This record gives sequence, C-alpha cells and structure tokens, in this order.
Amino acid sequence: MLYLELFLQGLLQGSIYALIAVGLTLVYGLLRILHVAHAGLYTLGGYFGVLVFNSTGSLMLSGIVAMFGVGILGVIIYRLCYEAILDQPPYVPLIASIGLFIAMEELYRILFGSYGISYTNPPLQQMLPLGGMYLREGEWVTILVSIILIGSLAWLSIRTRLGLAWRATVTDPQMAESFGIDPIRVRYFNFFIGSALAGTAGMIVGILNNLVEPTMGSVPSYKALAIIVLGGLGSVRGTLVAALMLGVVESFGTIYLGNVLNRDAIAFVFLILVLMVRPQGMFRGV
Amino acid sequence: MGYEISLLTFMGISIIGSLSLNLITGFCGQVSLGHVAFVGIGAYTASILTKADTPFFVALLAGMLLAGSFGVMVGLASLRVRHDFLAITTMGVNFVFLGVVRQQEWLGGELGVSSIPDPGLGKLGFLALVLGCVILVALLSLQIRRSWMGYVFVAVSGDEDTARMLGLDVSRYKLIAFALGTALAGLSGGLYAHHVRFIFPDSFAFVESITLLAMVVIGGNGSILGVIVASALLSVLPQWFQFIGDYKLLLYGSLLFVVMRFSPGGLAGLAKNIFPKSKIYFALKENQ
Repeated sequence: MLYLELFLQGLLQGSIYALIAVGLTLVYGLLRILHVAHAGLYTLGGYFGVLVFNSTGSLMLSGIVAMFGVGILGVIIYRLCYEAILDQPPYVPLIASIGLFIAMEELYRILFGSYGISYTNPPLQQMLPLGGMYLREGEWVTILVSIILIGSLAWLSIRTRLGLAWRATVTDPQMAESFGIDPIRVRYFNFFIGSALAGTAGMIVGILNNLVEPTMGSVPSYKALAIIVLGGLGSVRGTLVAALMLGVVESFGTIYLGNVLNRDAIAFVFLILVLMVRPQGMFRGV
Repeated sequence: MGYEISLLTFMGISIIGSLSLNLITGFCGQVSLGHVAFVGIGAYTASILTKADTPFFVALLAGMLLAGSFGVMVGLASLRVRHDFLAITTMGVNFVFLGVVRQQEWLGGELGVSSIPDPGLGKLGFLALVLGCVILVALLSLQIRRSWMGYVFVAVSGDEDTARMLGLDVSRYKLIAFALGTALAGLSGGLYAHHVRFIFPDSFAFVESITLLAMVVIGGNGSILGVIVASALLSVLPQWFQFIGDYKLLLYGSLLFVVMRFSPGGLAGLAKNIFPKSKIYFALKENQ
C-alpha cells in the first residue's frame, strides 16, 4: 500500500514537472536555448491565479488569465530578450536567461512581498476516495489538467497545419522557410504554448500548496533543466517520460535515501548516472 | 582601514576563483555551471584540516589536491557528454555537492564549519598572500595561453572533432584543463575559508557558481584582463549597492541580462568595439 501511495505521489509530482519541462523542451528544440527564465513565468502563473481568484472568486477566470497572460508574456520575453542573441554561443542566452530569472524573482518579491500570498478561500480542497486512499480534489484536477493539456498539445502538433509547420521548422528551419512557413510566427507560437503550460503549472502548484511565493520557481527551474536533458534535449516524448520517472524516483528516494542526500540532490544524482550510461539522454532528441 | 583590507582580500579571492573557471570555460570551451562546488571542496578540506592542527599551507595544498581530483572526475564526465549536456551535468555536480554536505554531521550539516583558526599572518599579511596568489594565477594563465597547450585549448573550444582529426589528444588536454582549473578553485576556497573563518553550505550555493561564470562571461570569455576587471567589479558591487539594499539582486540580475543582451562579448568585446585599433584592444584581445 505504501508503495502504491508513493508511486501515485511521484506520478502527481511528475505531471507537474512535465507541464513545466515541456515548454522548456519546446524552446530548446526550436532555438537551442536553455530558457531558465521559464520558471519565472511559472511563478507568475501562480501569482496571476491567486490574485485573480482572490479578487473575483472564479476559478475559471483565474485559470484563463494564468494561461493566456503568461503565454503572452512568454512571447514578449522571446521578442525582447532572445531574438537578438540567437546567433551567439549558447552560454550567452543561458547567462542572459539566468540574469532575467534572478531579476524576475526579485521583482515579484518587491511587488508582492517576500512571505507569499495564500488563497483567502482555498478551492479544490475536498478529499475524494480512490481505492483505499484519499486524494484531494486539487490533486485529481492536476492529473486531469496535465492529461488534457498534453493530449491537446499532441493533437495540435500531429493533426493541424500549424503543428505541421511547427514540426517542419524544428526538423529543418531553412527548408521549412523555403516552403513558405514564417519562422518568426512559429517561434511566437512556440513560446506562447510553452509559457502557457508553465503558467498553468504555477497556478496548480499555488492551489495545491495554498501558497505562492517569489522563490517557488527556483527549484523547478533547475530541475526542469535536468528533466529535459534526461529526456534527450528537445524530445517532447522523452521529456514526459523523464518527468514522470523523476517524480517517482524522488518520492521513493526521499524515503530510502533521505539521510544521505536531500530531495533536490536525488534528481541530479539520477541525472548524472543516466548521462554516464547514455550521454545523449534517454531518448534521441533533435 | 580594516574594512578596505578585507574587501581587497575578498576581491583577490574572487579573481582567483574566476580565473580558475576561465581556464576551463574561457580557454578550453567547456562551460561549467558548478564551479563553486570545487571552491567548496577546497574550503571544507582546508578548514577541517587546520581545525585538526595541520599547518595552514599544508591544508591549503590538500584542499587544492582534493578539489583537483574531484575535478578530474568531472573532466572524465566531460569526455562522455558535451555542450549543453555538460553544462547541465556540472550544474548537477553543484547540487549533489550541496545535497551531500548538508546531510553530513561531521561536515557540520546545515550549520557549517565555524571558528576556523587564524592562519597567523595578520590581516595585511593575508592580503599579501592572496594578492601573491592572484599574480601567480594570472601569470600561469598567460603562460598557458602562449604555450602549445593554450593553442590546443583554442582548437578544442573551437571545434573538438576537427582538433581530434588533427591528431591532438583532446581527452588529455580536457582533463588537464579540469584538473588545473578545479585545483585553483580549491585554492580560492581554502583562502576564502580562512578569510571569513566560517563556512556553511549556502556559501557554495548554485547562485555562487553563476556569479563566477558571470565574472568570466562579463569580462569576456577567455580574456585574462577582462576577467580580472569583471571579477574585481562584480565582487565589490554588492557592497557598493548596500545603499539600495532591497534592490541589490534585482540590479545584479538585470546587469547580467543587459550585458549579455547588448554586449555578448563582455567587457573585452566592448573595449574592442570602442577602441578598435588601440593598445587596449591587444591587451584585451580574446584568444579566439
């Protein structure tokens, strides 16, 4: 029973990781940027969620604001920050992104206070039974939302013209351009989708913990990097598998390795071990 | 006076740290996001040894050796994974170092190591020691850049596969870069521990690795003078920013971003653009 419970908790954590990391892997697949500031957008999603919910009381509305607001901001960040330095060596956008992330965290702290904001009337807290265990409504919603969002992402990229253009640009940007695909629009779209997913993840975590604080992105930001590397950098399928796997490994690891390593180190030990065996990650990326 | 001496010492220690990273990232082109882990290994080793009554210089040397040997291990990893994969692996090394240190009782756990003995050189003597080390490390860097090894490093950072095709022993030189760079990081760690005489895990957090990398990149990746100027500036900047207190990190993060966004070549690149043909250009010239 304990094993099953640990496994389920791991999957839950893993699906949150997946929502964050998919955006990161989309950006990497298209532009080869390690987009650390992505986690700043995740935190912003949390803030949008809690602020809109506390003032209007509508979960639907706050979800929409968190998703679209953060998505649009992601596009703005690409336009203002990354577009000009795409042809530089990879460490340039990386450092720029880390600088941006530090500045974002500080900005949230100054704007919203360092102690964080809670929901005045926490939604989705009821316990619902599953087999012999109880899961909170919020946890059910987490699992459902991740499945729906990632499912529709898959549908979008396989079944629509837009998705086709997108995949073509990832595979061969020049060829895609000569077939009349506008690469700039594909990039905007890419950043919008990735950031919207991160914003949603931020809002969900805000509800689950009933707390949104300025530093809530710091651990996910680096862990998400570990996840996309594990998944083979740029492979969406690999990222999903790696995210779920890491969630499970962590939830077992904290029980059995807790006195040797802390939770965050487990992720990176796992990462280093996997990379030594398979230097290209678990799946072949781009 | 005491404050200025302490600040200068701190500045010198930062310069040693960033020059050591410059050997790996600037010269040899292997981006390392976890360099402060080796500073930490040097600091912990040296301070635990001097607390057990080992002479200061022996402890310093031991710290360098241990950091260097761990560095060779990470160097071995760099033979296996490349580019962004390597960057994330070294980042992982930083988190694993922290994760292990935090849980070890004999390393002080979360509380760290305190009351590290005074090396007995006096404040000025210690400053002289640190500055001496800075000069030695800078000279070593210059020497390496002008040597055969320096040319191999340029080749490796430019295009590893071509370098290998030319018959260069890429693996060996990568390992040397990591061994040297991390051993010098260990030196700066040992000096740091005996300067502040109190260390705890957060002194070696990931953000400190970023600070070191920022010093290298803002100075101009590979440029010795640029890196020295940038680390001198960036290490005292937070002190100057005391008056804006709350906005310190905001300004720091924005600065990193703005420099990378508008002058990706760092200070060296900036100088090159402003004084295209002057002496400064030659002094700051990047090695590529």
